[in-house]
Amino acid sequence: MTALLDRRLLFVTGKGGVGKTTVAAALAVLAAQQGRRTLLCEVDAKGDVAGVLETAPTRFREREVQPGLWAMSMDTEESLKEYLRINLRLPAMARIGPLARIFEFVATAAPGVKEILTVGKLAYEVRERHYDLVVVDAVATGHIVGQLAAPQAIQELVQVGLVRQQTGWMLDILGDPQQTGLVVVSTPEEMPVNETVELAGRVREETNVELAAVVVNRVLPELFGRGEEAVFERLTAPEHAARLAEAVGEDVTPVLEAARLAVTLRRTRAVHLERLRTAVDVPLLYVPYLFSRSHGLRSTHQVAEALGQELGS
Amino acid sequence: MAARAGSIEQLLAAKEIVISCGSGGVGKTTTAAALAVMAALRQDGRVLVLTVDPARRLADALGLEGFGNVAKPVPQEAFARAGVEPRGELWAAMLDTKQSWDALVRRHAPDRATAERILDNALYENVSRRFVQSHDYIAMERLYELHCEGSYDLIVVDTPPTRNALDFLDAPARMAEFFSSRFLRLLTAPYRSRIVSFASKPFYTVADRILGTEFLEDIAEFFGLFQTMAPGFVERAEAVTRLLHDRRTTFVVVSTLEAAPLHEAEYFVEQLGAKRFHLGAMVLNKVLPSYLLDERAAVVAERLRREAGGVAARLAPELGEPAQVERVLAEVADSFLRFQVVAQREAEQRAELAVVPEVVATVPYFDADIVDLGGLVRLGERLWG
Repeated sequence: MTALLDRRLLFVTGKGGVGKTTVAAALAVLAAQQGRRTLLCEVDAKGDVAGVLETAPTRFREREVQPGLWAMSMDTEESLKEYLRINLRLPAMARIGPLARIFEFVATAAPGVKEILTVGKLAYEVRERHYDLVVVDAVATGHIVGQLAAPQAIQELVQVGLVRQQTGWMLDILGDPQQTGLVVVSTPEEMPVNETVELAGRVREETNVELAAVVVNRVLPELFGRGEEAVFERLTAPEHAARLAEAVGEDVTPVLEAARLAVTLRRTRAVHLERLRTAVDVPLLYVPYLFSRSHGLRSTHQVAEALGQELGS
Repeated sequence: MAARAGSIEQLLAAKEIVISCGSGGVGKTTTAAALAVMAALRQDGRVLVLTVDPARRLADALGLEGFGNVAKPVPQEAFARAGVEPRGELWAAMLDTKQSWDALVRRHAPDRATAERILDNALYENVSRRFVQSHDYIAMERLYELHCEGSYDLIVVDTPPTRNALDFLDAPARMAEFFSSRFLRLLTAPYRSRIVSFASKPFYTVADRILGTEFLEDIAEFFGLFQTMAPGFVERAEAVTRLLHDRRTTFVVVSTLEAAPLHEAEYFVEQLGAKRFHLGAMVLNKVLPSYLLDERAAVVAERLRREAGGVAARLAPELGEPAQVERVLAEVADSFLRFQVVAQREAEQRAELAVVPEVVATVPYFDADIVDLGGLVRLGERLWG
C-alpha cells in the first residue's frame, strides 16, 4: 500500500463531533512539515479550518497559511466559473454570472451537480500537479458516499457532452489507490465505530475510492499496567481508602472516583476499539485524548505529532 | 400532580411536537428517545418518537425488531425488563426517505400515469434515494403527516444530520420557492412546447455543450413532470412551515460542552429566536462529573503525586509491592488532575454560554453505553431534573 502521505489526494471524513477537521488539518500540517507542497481544502460548510489553524477565514482562492501549506474552502459556484473559464474559454465574467445562477438552481433539484463541481476541482488540482498532496476536510460520513460516487452517478445520467468526458479522468484519479485514499476519523465510542464500519462497506460497494486508513481519535490512556489494576481495586476497598485518607487527606474520595471513571471509560471504549479493529482491514492510527486547556493550533500540532509517530515518520 | 414550572416535564406536558436539534455527535437522537420514553412513563397519552437516523441500536433499545416508516408500539415487555410501568403508550417510527418521497408524489401528481412517470424518471431516483439533502424536506413533511393523522398526543422527533443544522427549518419554504421559480419555467419551456424561445437560447447552447441534449431532455422532463405537482406541493410546504411555527411545537437544542458543538448550539438558539420558533430547552449532554472541580480534592491529588513513594511505603504491605503501589497512586493522582483540566474547561464554557433558555438540563457523562430501555430511562430521569 502506498504510504498515506505519498498519495496525491486524501479525503478525510468522520461522524460529526469526532474531530474530522482537526485530523484533516493535522495531516496537512504533517505533510507540509515533511516538505510536501500541500493544499488543505475544506468542503464542509461547517468545517473550521481557520479555527484549527488559527488563520483568517479560508476562501476559494487558496492562500499559504504556513510554509508549504495552502488552505482554501470549496465554493461550487466559483468552481463552476473556473471550470467554464478553462473549458469553454468564456472570457467575460458577465456572461458567466447569470449562467452560474441557473446552474445553482439546477443543482438544487438535480443533485450530483454540486458534488461533481467539488470533486472535479479537487481532482483537477491533482491532475495539474499544482501540489504534492491535496487533503480534503470532506463532508461527514452520512454524505461522503454521495460525494465520492458523484462522477459515476453523473456518468450514468449523462450520456454525451463535456461533463461526460470530464468524469472519465476524474474516475481514473479517484480509483487509483496510488493517488487517492479515504481517511475515516472515528473515536472509540459506539456510534462513531458503527458508522465507520458501515461506511467502510459502503465505500467498497458504491465508490471506486480506496479506504486508506482509519484514525482513532481521543484514545484514553491506559491507567494501570499488569497487576496494577488489582492494586487499585484493593485500594478502593473501604478500609484501605480510609487509610489513604488518613495519609493524604479526607478529600481523596473524588480522586479515587475519577480514577474509577477513567478505568471504566477506558474499558467500555476498548470493546468498541476491538470491534473496529476486527471489522476494518486498514491500518488504524491512534491519536491520544488531549487533556488540554484549549483548541486551535496547539492541539492541531499535537495531533500532527501523534499522527507522525503512528505513520513512523 | 402539576408539572413543575420551567422544567422539561412541563414542556412535554404542554407541547404536541418536540424537535430535538444540535450538531452531529452530541446525542440528539438518544435525547429525543429518552424524552419520549419519559413522557410515556410519567404522563398519560400516546407518544411517538420519530427518528430520521436509522440507528439500529435505538430500535434494539426500544425492544423493536427494526422499525420503518410505519409506527410500531414499543412492547410492554421492554418496559417490564427495564422495571418500569408506563402511564401512557410509546410508539416508534423511522423516516424512510424513499418511501416518503414516493408517497408524496402519489399524493400530489394529477393522475396515476403522471405519478408513475415521475417515479420511473432517472433523475427522480437520484433525488429521492442517492442524495441526502432531500432528507431535510421530507423529514418535516413526514412530521406534518403524522401530526395530521391525529393519533398522537406528543411527537418527539430528531433532526436530520444536515451539513447545516438549520437547513431543515428553511426546507419547506425553499421547496415552495423552488416551484414558483422563474428558472423552473424557463427550464421546462422546451419540454412543454418543444420550441426553444429566443430568450433562453444562449443558455441552451452552452448547456448543450456541457451536458448534452439527452441529459437536458431528462432534466426538462423531470422538471416538467414535477411541475404538475406544484400547486399541491406549495400548499403542503406552507402548511408544514405553519406547523413548525405553531405554539404547540417546541425545539430542544442539544449540545456537549465542547467548543465547536456549543458554538453551533448558540448560533442555533439565536436563529430560532430570529425566525420566531419556540425554544423550549437546552440539553447539555455528556458533562463531566462536578466532583472533578473539587478544589480540596485537587490539593489532595497534588500531594498524592508528590508523596506517592512515602504513602505507598505506609500502605504497601496489604496492597502489593511498594513500587507497584507507588505507580498506582501516582497514576490515580495524575488521572484526576488531567480530567480536572477538561472539567474546568467545560465549566468555563458553561459559564460563558451567551444564550441561556429558560430550561437547561444537564446530563452527566455515563460511563456505560445506553443499550436498552433501562438506559434511556436513566438518561431521561436526569433530563426530567
